[in-house]
Amino acid sequence: MTDLYQAQRAMRNMRKAALQRGVVALLDIGSSKIACLVLRFDNDDAVREAEGIGSLAGQSSFRVIGAATTRSRGVRFGEIDAMAETERAIRTAVQAAQKMANTRVDHVIACFSGAVPRSYGLAGEVEVMGAQVGEQDLARVLASCDMPDIGQGREVLHAHPVNFALDHRSGLSDPRGHVGARLAVDMHLLTVDAAAVHNLIYCIRRCDLELAGIASSAYVSGMSSLVEDEQELGSACIDMGGGATAVSIFMKKHMIFADAVRMGGDHVTRDIAAGLQVPMATAERIKTFHGGVVATGMDDREMIELAGNSGDWEKDRRRVSRAELIGIMRPRVEEILEEVRALLDVAGFDHLPSQQIVLTGGASQIPGLDGLAARILGQNVRLGRPLRVQGLPQAATGSGFSSVVGLALFAAHPQDEWWDFEVPAEKLGGRSFRRALRWFRDNW
Amino acid sequence: MRSLKAEPRYLQQAGQRRVTIRSRSNGGRRDPAPSRLAFRLQRLWLTPFVRAFTRIGVPVFVVTLALGLWLGDEGRRADAMAKLEDIKLSIQNRPEFRVSTLTVEGASPEVEQAVRAMLPVQLPASRFAIDLVAYHDTIARLDAVKDVSLIVRTGGALDIKVTEREPVILWRTPSGIEMLDEIGHRTASLTRRDARPDLPLIAGEGADAAVPEALQILAAAKPILPRARGLVRMGERRWDLVLDRDQRILLPEENPVQAVERVLALDAAEDLLNRDFTRLDMRNADRPTIRLSAPALAQYQAISAGALNSVKVSQ
Repeated sequence: MTDLYQAQRAMRNMRKAALQRGVVALLDIGSSKIACLVLRFDNDDAVREAEGIGSLAGQSSFRVIGAATTRSRGVRFGEIDAMAETERAIRTAVQAAQKMANTRVDHVIACFSGAVPRSYGLAGEVEVMGAQVGEQDLARVLASCDMPDIGQGREVLHAHPVNFALDHRSGLSDPRGHVGARLAVDMHLLTVDAAAVHNLIYCIRRCDLELAGIASSAYVSGMSSLVEDEQELGSACIDMGGGATAVSIFMKKHMIFADAVRMGGDHVTRDIAAGLQVPMATAERIKTFHGGVVATGMDDREMIELAGNSGDWEKDRRRVSRAELIGIMRPRVEEILEEVRALLDVAGFDHLPSQQIVLTGGASQIPGLDGLAARILGQNVRLGRPLRVQGLPQAATGSGFSSVVGLALFAAHPQDEWWDFEVPAEKLGGRSFRRALRWFRDNW
Repeated sequence: MRSLKAEPRYLQQAGQRRVTIRSRSNGGRRDPAPSRLAFRLQRLWLTPFVRAFTRIGVPVFVVTLALGLWLGDEGRRADAMAKLEDIKLSIQNRPEFRVSTLTVEGASPEVEQAVRAMLPVQLPASRFAIDLVAYHDTIARLDAVKDVSLIVRTGGALDIKVTEREPVILWRTPSGIEMLDEIGHRTASLTRRDARPDLPLIAGEGADAAVPEALQILAAAKPILPRARGLVRMGERRWDLVLDRDQRILLPEENPVQAVERVLALDAAEDLLNRDFTRLDMRNADRPTIRLSAPALAQYQAISAGALNSVKVSQ
């Protein structure tokens, strides 16, 4: 636990160093594509730091100077499957982005959707030591959360303090300085498979890059595609990627739940390839150009040529109607959405005040998906696109880039996580001198 | 018995080439990923320091090194200098820069001849071959020349405008007679006094330095000039006005002109200059003194003795 704590702190320091240097790369390692953005930060915001968040929540301080996308290889279900292939794909994306940015990038913040994310809600409670809540009280209350059994070989990816309660008052975002007796905290813990994280770290190290942060793509795509009131009132972001569909629920601007369905657009493609007996590339093309989930009478008459070069004239000259294609695609999309529905039910999504559902990710571009999703998930469904950030190329404004844009927001203005707070004095153990120093500083 | 290897189905005909169709291994498309080396090299290239070094440092170094190596050889350096000199000469010798005629204005024939002889090069010559400043200084160093200006006009003409010194006085020295201008600068020598009877004569050591004063004295002494033979500088500080009949007027060091005017006034009043004296000493302004000549003195003594006797007789 402390090991991870140290690792996360180290990454946070690395992120600060990267911001100091001014250039950082963002890497979205997806199952169907790997996207890389290069951000340049203007370091003249010392004044803004003092005021808290900069203008536009810190988005005005950075600019996208390089963007590249490459076909992902060696990634399945949002996890790294073949290391060497993934490494090559990362190299391709990073090199292209560096070339566009015309600068060298050393620090990378990465996100991925797979690795079986699992959410835990933690609660802790502690007596306030002084009259007012201080940094040490926060540290103690965070430390007082009893750690759930997250299982063997899993690691904590995010640990957000979601809510603070002081005596009978709840919903405090920052209790420091408040007068009270009992301080309680609700924390959201997201764990992932440790092996996946280690593979990712290894891959990025192999590319001579330093990892300055890891995020779950469910979290970051929610940050970029949900608008502010949706984040505040409660909403779910469903990031339909190639190999995995990430679900995150936001409430009061905090992620309170995240999970992933290990199915995505690639499965739809595979169904088409199997059903129509065409190569995967052709199936992907047909899906992109002619795909849909709601069949109409017109679709029976709209014939799609299945070109091929198998040498068999009869096979290469087949034509299918669009209705047939939709007939293949729809069950798989429905299955994904049903799984998402099950996840949302488990998470208690229907208890939230607002139940907005936002579909984003590359697979959300299937025409008619919002109608189908409204039937399965609930009425408040919209298609989400990532926020517009400075310098983002037009090609990277599609819904497939919501997680990498979210990473930019994550890099510019990260939410406080557990390891951003102070270490409780008791945990420091033998460092009695520093404790004495701290006592002096607190009391004089 | 047939061999295990199948017989070739299509035997190669004469004039046919064997063509092997090789399928590309990885799905027919080249791997777009850069190799680790390429990736690292590109990152190295994108490093600002490396970029600056390669784009500025290395070319500068290479050029400097090449130049240094090439110029390190003595002979090559000399060759290069000679070539440079050749080019310079070929430009200087172009007809546009040629000076072919020399005109001298405002100079007497002797001076003009001297000016022409002083030209350091043979005309026609390049404009760059004539050092005009040095030539100007050489001409100005001539005693007879007061001022000179040199202009190279288009068309290759070198115009020299000379202003000569005007001689106003003659100076007799032990070696001969010199002509001086109004500030006492020598203009030319004279072998005979008769050549310029119109000019007054001065003599004595250091007389040339006081020519303006001499001219003032002479101007003041205009009425007695027919009698004057000249001025003599005495001890490099004052003048003697020498008259005929071996008479001299000794002028003071200061205000000699007023002394001359006083002499003229005395002459007008008492006919002083027609008296028989050898020296008229005006050096003491309070007490002009004359020295009588020997016969006059004898006569004076005889007269004064006779007068004494007659006085005695009358007593």
